[in-house]
Amino acid sequence: MAQFGEQTASGHLHVSPESKAPYDADVLAQLRADAETIIARYPVPRSALLPMLHLVQSVDGYITGRGIAVCAEMLDLTLAEVSAVATFYTQYKRHPNGEYTVGVCTNTLCAIMGGDEIWQSVSEHLGIGHDETTADGKITLERIECNAACDYAPVVMTNWEFFDNQTPESTVQLVDDLRAGKDVTPTRGPNKVCTFKQTSRLLAGFNDGLADEGVSAGPASTEGTRLARAKGWVAPGDDAPQANEEVHP
Amino acid sequence: MSTTLTPILTKTWGEDRSWTLESYERTQQGYQGLRAALGRERDDLVQALKDSGLRGRGGAGFPTGMKWGFLPPDDGKPRYLVVNADESEPGTCKDIPLMMANPQVLIEGVAITSFAIRCNHAFIYLRGEVAHVYRRLLRAVEEAYAAGHLGKNIHGSGFDLDVTVHAGAGAYICGEETALLDSLEGRRGQPRLKPPFPAVAGLYSRPTVVNNVESIASVPGIALHGADWFGSMGTEKSKGFGIFSLSGHVKRPGQYEAPMGITLRELIDMAGGMRDPEKALKFWTPGGSSTPIFTAEHLDVPLDFDSVASAGSMLGTRALQIFDETVSVVRAVSRWTDFYMHESCGKCTPCREGTWWLSQILHRIEAGQGLQEDIDKLLDICDNILGRAFCALGDGATSPITSAIQYFREEFEAGMHTPAAELFPPAASTLFGSKESVSA
Repeated sequence: MAQFGEQTASGHLHVSPESKAPYDADVLAQLRADAETIIARYPVPRSALLPMLHLVQSVDGYITGRGIAVCAEMLDLTLAEVSAVATFYTQYKRHPNGEYTVGVCTNTLCAIMGGDEIWQSVSEHLGIGHDETTADGKITLERIECNAACDYAPVVMTNWEFFDNQTPESTVQLVDDLRAGKDVTPTRGPNKVCTFKQTSRLLAGFNDGLADEGVSAGPASTEGTRLARAKGWVAPGDDAPQANEEVHP
Repeated sequence: MSTTLTPILTKTWGEDRSWTLESYERTQQGYQGLRAALGRERDDLVQALKDSGLRGRGGAGFPTGMKWGFLPPDDGKPRYLVVNADESEPGTCKDIPLMMANPQVLIEGVAITSFAIRCNHAFIYLRGEVAHVYRRLLRAVEEAYAAGHLGKNIHGSGFDLDVTVHAGAGAYICGEETALLDSLEGRRGQPRLKPPFPAVAGLYSRPTVVNNVESIASVPGIALHGADWFGSMGTEKSKGFGIFSLSGHVKRPGQYEAPMGITLRELIDMAGGMRDPEKALKFWTPGGSSTPIFTAEHLDVPLDFDSVASAGSMLGTRALQIFDETVSVVRAVSRWTDFYMHESCGKCTPCREGTWWLSQILHRIEAGQGLQEDIDKLLDICDNILGRAFCALGDGATSPITSAIQYFREEFEAGMHTPAAELFPPAASTLFGSKESVSA
């Protein structure tokens, strides 16, 4: 059933016959109830479309024909209007996605700091290229653009959690652990990486209660703050702290 | 060194549970700014922002108070605040750690700003590729509602405010404010024709203020300590503080919150110097990949809006990407161009077509197979994009190319016969490969 790796060169949605098979009644009822919750957040219903497409992915693992139909019907849009949106954004997957999306940043800064080497290693190790999925359905590999963590370059994202300061070896280990079903902990994120469907539900705006897990900030984020503390530098009006802390023990 | 750091927004980053409301109220006078603001006249707050001199921290540097002041008089119908949290400009990495470590300062800024501009429903548009930041924001909003900082009749003021945190789905262009609005309306994220500006017809065609995360997070401090406090930092025309993000070939990349006008020389010194002192600084971006590159000759340019502009670039988002002499400028520019090609929304021809041509030409130069006329062709295409594209994405795509040719033309000429990887072996630039390449 799952056609991992299948995609069309045209860039259009590949809507396979399977992806149009009707939802089971209970799945559909829950999907509609969740969609109503999303729609209620906005003054104008159409604003719910992006989160609703994340919701479709949380159920189907990608953007399906049946998911598009539900969005169109509930928001009073045409199938073409919904498809046009679904094909514009890179997080919406046009074919069945793996359980984990592993994205290697290959934008300039990360690429130069080692992202290109990481990409090459992990792509060869898994035997797949960009937007392709391993045969076991575990990993979809992507080259990603800047993910706003340049001070931790080279960066790898797994289901949109941060894995900072990566190497080819650490990333190969990461995908091996994911394929072996081990729990994997992001550098800055919850205690373990969620599945693609779980993350998609979060992105639809349903809080998964994991906000209090993980660090406040990574070491690079606090370089300046720690230096200021060590030097006794403060903003105007602030009391000077005791300048006794070791910055880099 | 004359300039010192000013930890304000970054002050509590890294502390235990710094993201919680309890921590924010205990350590940062959290929501005292909101309480003070609710007791003031709205127009006074807008004036205070104008007086502070705060200029937008999302790249363009437009005065924030003036943006608020552009809203037409209240007609009793909805008006909106939309926070641009779509941080995606290559090199820019300040808003994401801010929202992860200190989301409450943003929520308080949203509440004060909404009160000032008479908005009762604010939105935070967060890029979708940062799951844990979304969790922290959702939780921060929940906590703020529970404490009465959001919701109905906030602290007995009669002011109501709802806040919706909205996740995007992967598109750099949505950082452009009108594309962001289209995206928030459930459409493809493509920029709108201006005018009308969002202040007149923004979200749902209603008056809308769109501000960057760091701009809005700077509002509570101004509300609490005053415009003079803010203006006591920075320079005459670029007042206040900002987060400067160092990445690349420095010893300690990271976030450094400092007064506007600090120099890269000072910042690199604070960051422990270059990664390898034997390898000189070659080029850097002052404000992300869309701002023309600088070289070592610009180390002492004060990093404020006007000084950077006078020196031929833009302060942008203070995204200081540092590249040492191991790096091929052709490779760097070629990769940035791939990015603009990938992210061009396709709405206008100069950008949609031009970025593809630029990418193809740069690829062959990088491969050492450039043609004699390629440099002129690159400049000609850039000339046809700059100022002719629908939005700033197209303009930004030309910045790295034209500036790199200006400073390193000989490297592009070398691309007529020698691959960039031969001139500058990539392994020498990596975080982990540099030692091997030395011994190899």
